[in-house]
Amino acid sequence: MNIFLYDNTFEGLLTVVFESFKLKILPDAIVYKNKYQPSLLDISFEIITDVLKAERVWNGIKAKTSKEACDMVYHTFLSGMDNIGMIIFHYLQLTFAANYNVSVNYREESVLLIKQIQQKVLKEAHRMFMFVRFQKTNNDIYFAPIQPKYDVIPLIGKHFKNRFRDQIWIIYDTERDYGLYYDLKTVEEIKLEQHNINKSSGKIDASLLEEKEECYQVLWKSYFDAINIKERKNLKVQMQFMPKRFWNYLPEKNNG
Amino acid sequence: MNDTILEKLNVLANAAKYDVSCSSSGSSRSNNGKNIGNTVSCGICHSFTEDGRCISLLKVLLSNHCIYDCAYCVNRSSNDIARAAFTVDELAELTINFYRRNYIEGLFLSSGVMRNPDYTMERLMNVAKKLREVYRFNAYIHLKAIPGASPDLVKQAGLYADRMSVNIEIPTEQNLKILAPDKDFASVYQPMALIKENIIISKEERKKYRKSPVFSPAGQSTQLIIGASPENDRQILQLASGLYDFQKLKRVYYSGYVPVTLADNRLPALKQPPLIRENRLYQADWLLRFYEFKVDEIVNDEFQQLDLELDPKLSYALRNPHIFPIDINKADYEMILRIPGVGVRSAKLIVHSRKFGRLNENHLKKMGIVLKRAKYFITCNQLTDGHKDILPSIIRRNILNEKNKLLKRFNENQLSLFGDLVV
Ligand code: SF4
Repeated sequence: MNIFLYDNTFEGLLTVVFESFKLKILPDAIVYKNKYQPSLLDISFEIITDVLKAERVWNGIKAKTSKEACDMVYHTFLSGMDNIGMIIFHYLQLTFAANYNVSVNYREESVLLIKQIQQKVLKEAHRMFMFVRFQKTNNDIYFAPIQPKYDVIPLIGKHFKNRFRDQIWIIYDTERDYGLYYDLKTVEEIKLEQHNINKSSGKIDASLLEEKEECYQVLWKSYFDAINIKERKNLKVQMQFMPKRFWNYLPEKNNG
Repeated sequence: MNDTILEKLNVLANAAKYDVSCSSSGSSRSNNGKNIGNTVSCGICHSFTEDGRCISLLKVLLSNHCIYDCAYCVNRSSNDIARAAFTVDELAELTINFYRRNYIEGLFLSSGVMRNPDYTMERLMNVAKKLREVYRFNAYIHLKAIPGASPDLVKQAGLYADRMSVNIEIPTEQNLKILAPDKDFASVYQPMALIKENIIISKEERKKYRKSPVFSPAGQSTQLIIGASPENDRQILQLASGLYDFQKLKRVYYSGYVPVTLADNRLPALKQPPLIRENRLYQADWLLRFYEFKVDEIVNDEFQQLDLELDPKLSYALRNPHIFPIDINKADYEMILRIPGVGVRSAKLIVHSRKFGRLNENHLKKMGIVLKRAKYFITCNQLTDGHKDILPSIIRRNILNEKNKLLKRFNENQLSLFGDLVV
């Protein structure tokens, strides 16, 4: 088995594609090097991420297909699925072998698969637009912890910047331990040394909150209850649109 | 925050909850950097209540005091309930604070009629004005036009709102007058026509001068109550279709009547709201707006009431066996859309992909087409044309059998409002 090892970044994966094509060696698996468990039957290639090589592959995809198709590959990568390296590799093999733009030919299994994964990732990003809840801290920062299924942080900055231009905010992925920080000018990625967030409830330590913050959470929860029509109770649909895994971080749902 | 706000919010959200439209879509306004908020054209749901409905907007009444006495409404003057009213400042502050926490897309503001229509309309407008001018709030605002309010006030309000609406509620004037003696169609259609006119004028002006004010950019909508009066689905859908075509409405909402009173013999004694019927009407409305159906194809002289067992698209297909089977590899997009089991998204996948070669059953399955349903209505590479000889009545039975199997797994009344729209 030919195993290509990489650093689990998107540029890393594109470098893998570059090297594999250049060496004319096809990978049987593409694995994050920190997770790799060697076996006697394997031949492993450790690929060093090279931004220039990655860029050449990226431009190649763009030339062969379209900007949208490039996005599709990147979004799919953000799913972080175990075998995502090979899924993308197969798709790119096809992309470069074809003499036309394969990215909308859903008769091809690998195209349809990539498209479907992309849709899942974009859906998760959209769910952040829905379910992010800011808590205002006593130093006037609106802080929202999140726990998305996929790594959607790179996809959501623009939306929140456009919307909340005049307030300082942080959106923090407590699972992947990094987030976005907006300082009224630009959005940057940050990693906090320490934070006082309860990871299971998404709550910020009460001593750090602005005095009215809890009132607004109570008001919101009470609005949430008042607007419900009991005669139409339909928990299945509620759950379908707002899966339980988000509830911990929603003030309307985690306050008992 | 004091308890009064909490109490008011309880009463006034509770009183607004039967107004069904939660949609905040249709307006796309970016933030210029100085303001707070924007609107995005698809609209965003921020939460879902236990009844499965989307919360997108803070939907409240400014006041639930009302001088009128409409039989179908909880706020009618003869009803003995707790009453409350927000001040303009209280409501503006609540809205902005919910918005900054990403709880909501904006405000949906309606009201009972306090003192008189103009007094009420003016206060609604003042909330919007305060939000726009003092809080520089750039997000979504939906205002109700109060029937009977003066054209001038409605016009001013439209300059602050993204969407305006007047509820028709009861689909025919005759029945409206029985249930709401203070209202008639004129009091509803006048503001509706006025809003429509101003939207058109504002659009024209903006073609000439980019800086002209925008009037209700997300258009207008209305609501019909289903099952409080005896109109049939044909009457309802014809009304809706006319509202889309002639009044240029963006949305018509259908609200299954929730019994709010026991002792009024003008109203039917329902045990529970007609949810299945409401769902079928939404599906039919969907066909009108996104599937290029004409209203007569869905309901007509011979077929006045939607089938409660089958969705309207399937029901149409079974009444029109002569147009099937449809050839997946050749038929126009419009015809592909008519196949039961094929939604808008899969129809697009089909027309994109078939350019690269013929599609077979396997392709369709992978694209997410519900073959169990579609197989009766299509031909493609492998499927034989055998299906087309099956009688509609037998197809109906087969599909219902399938459905019953599914229903056994779920609870019968756990019906999804939008879950099976794409059928
Ligand atoms: S005017 Fe409006 S609020 Fe007043 S009773 Fe009639 S429907 Fe209800």
